[in-house]
Amino acid sequence: MNAEIKPIKTAAELKLAASFAAAKDTLPGGPLLSERRLRAFQQFEALGLPHRRIEQWKYTDLRTLMRDAAPLASVPSREAVASATSAGAIFASGGGARRLLFVDGAFASDRSDLGNLEPGLSIMAMGTALAESDSAVVAQCGDVVPTDDVAVALNTAFMGDGAVIRVADDAHIERPIHLVFAFTSKTAAAVFPRSLVVVGRGSRLTLLESFEGPDGVDYQVNSAIELVVGDKANVNHVKVGREGSHALHLSTVMARIGAGSRLQDVALTIGGAVVRNQLFVRFAGEDARLTANSATLIRQRQHVDTTLVIDHAVPGGFSRELNKAVLDDESCGVFQGKIIVAPGAQKTDGKMMSQALLLSERAEADHKPELEIFADDVQCGHGATAGALDQDLLFYVKARGLPQKEAEALLIAAFVGEAFEVIGQQDIKEALMAIAQGWLGARP
Amino acid sequence: MPLLEIENLQVEIEGKKILNGLDLRVNAGEVHAIMGPNGSGKSTLAYVLAGRDDYTVTDGRVTCEGEDLLAMEPDERAAKGLFLAFQYPMEIPGVTAYTFLRTALNAQRKKRGQAELSTPEFMKRVREVAGQLEISQEMLRRAVNVGFSGGEKKRNEILQMALLEPRICVLDETDSGLDIDALRIVADGVNRLRSKDRAMIVITHYQRLLNYIVPDVVHVMTKGRIVRTGSKELAVELEASGYAQFQTELV
Repeated sequence: MNAEIKPIKTAAELKLAASFAAAKDTLPGGPLLSERRLRAFQQFEALGLPHRRIEQWKYTDLRTLMRDAAPLASVPSREAVASATSAGAIFASGGGARRLLFVDGAFASDRSDLGNLEPGLSIMAMGTALAESDSAVVAQCGDVVPTDDVAVALNTAFMGDGAVIRVADDAHIERPIHLVFAFTSKTAAAVFPRSLVVVGRGSRLTLLESFEGPDGVDYQVNSAIELVVGDKANVNHVKVGREGSHALHLSTVMARIGAGSRLQDVALTIGGAVVRNQLFVRFAGEDARLTANSATLIRQRQHVDTTLVIDHAVPGGFSRELNKAVLDDESCGVFQGKIIVAPGAQKTDGKMMSQALLLSERAEADHKPELEIFADDVQCGHGATAGALDQDLLFYVKARGLPQKEAEALLIAAFVGEAFEVIGQQDIKEALMAIAQGWLGARP
Repeated sequence: MPLLEIENLQVEIEGKKILNGLDLRVNAGEVHAIMGPNGSGKSTLAYVLAGRDDYTVTDGRVTCEGEDLLAMEPDERAAKGLFLAFQYPMEIPGVTAYTFLRTALNAQRKKRGQAELSTPEFMKRVREVAGQLEISQEMLRRAVNVGFSGGEKKRNEILQMALLEPRICVLDETDSGLDIDALRIVADGVNRLRSKDRAMIVITHYQRLLNYIVPDVVHVMTKGRIVRTGSKELAVELEASGYAQFQTELV
């Protein structure tokens, strides 16, 4: 006789189930999508929130960290939208990116810059695309890099609005596109932005994303982007996380990169109580190049997890990952990086490095690099370091006239800055550095 | 009043006594050489003057124009005009030489209540001194000392010294690791900085450097104190006879 073992559901799991039951008939999309949402939710329900015995979530025990599930955010008021107009100003200098504003998860079209679209560029709201059952969007939804990840499953079940951006073949979109996600509600709420970005063969695009919200509000963001980088295309993605002090932020970038293409992904995180940034990249064509850098500066009891899965499915791929974490007080920085080299993916060149700078004896750094190599003619490597500021170096800098705090700031900024060196656009690099400097300036 | 006065300085590290009642008076305009065998405490003296905190001063005092130097933080000493040219200059990944020089200079000027140097003024000063020391603009755009040869690092120290315009220069084994050409460039750089308002303490193991930087006074240091003081001829005498005589004298 077999008794089925059913774990007791947590409060958050029960609330998510109630939310889904209440919302499933009103979420945008036709029958095909409803079916997909239901399957995604059932997948989540079968597993529940991941916990420390689930290897991929070993260091970010969501069952413990996510004590409650916030209700779905309501449509933002006019005042809420107006209050978000200055959001994302970090990338405003230097030419200015094309700004697409999302307030409490909903696209604010009248506050977004949709004028004078470059030839070959099309932009629409995901909410509209789903409501109209745009067959191309629905077909690609969940299909770019298939995954059974639980954060993605929840996003698929609840996905609301986001951007659908398409760049035709051979179109060089020089002006960056900036997705600004602003949370404005004073009460706990959950948003599930979902975007689809398809960049055609030989095209170029720089996509910026920033997330921000108020301190002290227990809001929850679960964001996902599906990104298709066409053959020989060149895409830069820069993400800035400046969520409020109590926010739970899960985000996933799922990218499929074509032959001879190049993807550069850089993430900077300073905000949020619990953050997990996931990047899943699948090399779908030969000789593609990926750079995935991340920088985290956190304090108090913040927890930031950077999880990468780099899937070299075809020969000749090149990948470089660099993670830099600056951890103060009792904060915790997690890095998990997995490089998979499929059988036959010969001449793959993959290297990964994760470095943590501990500014306090109570801070925690967890690194978990993994290599799964099934081809024999490859070059793959990884490294990890964790340590405090070098006292000899600090003395040298102080002996040249810098007071203790400024000497520390100089060395920390230099440590973090390495993650931004790959960025070609000077104004974007400077914007990231300015955010890091702002964090350093707030150190007591 | 001497620019720098050290009286009965006693210093230990991890319970081990390194400086053992050291006395030294250095006036503005003078160049003093301190020579001594390995382990005599020369580098410890340099570090203690600059304010490294892993040493414990158990007795004695150090004053700079009458002010208590030992009570100051390293950056305050730098702003007061003390400069230590390190025996082993540190590498600073991610910080260009330009940025570092500028940040250090402005930090010191701020502490002295002076205005920041304008960019054109700063660039002009850097170019001039870097040219004299045969330091290329390309090197200045690279991270401080990262991947530099020993000689390049030492020249970079002298560049910093020249730009920061200190009152008291302490050069710790500046000749170590230098070939004869680099030694001449470094020595010329130091000699250009000699002035009636500035004092220098040149710490060295060998007399060779003192052929290029000719001192006014030579001190011999063993076992944490100065055991003999003389003119520049003392250095030549030491080169011939070695340090052994002084070590036995103390026993």
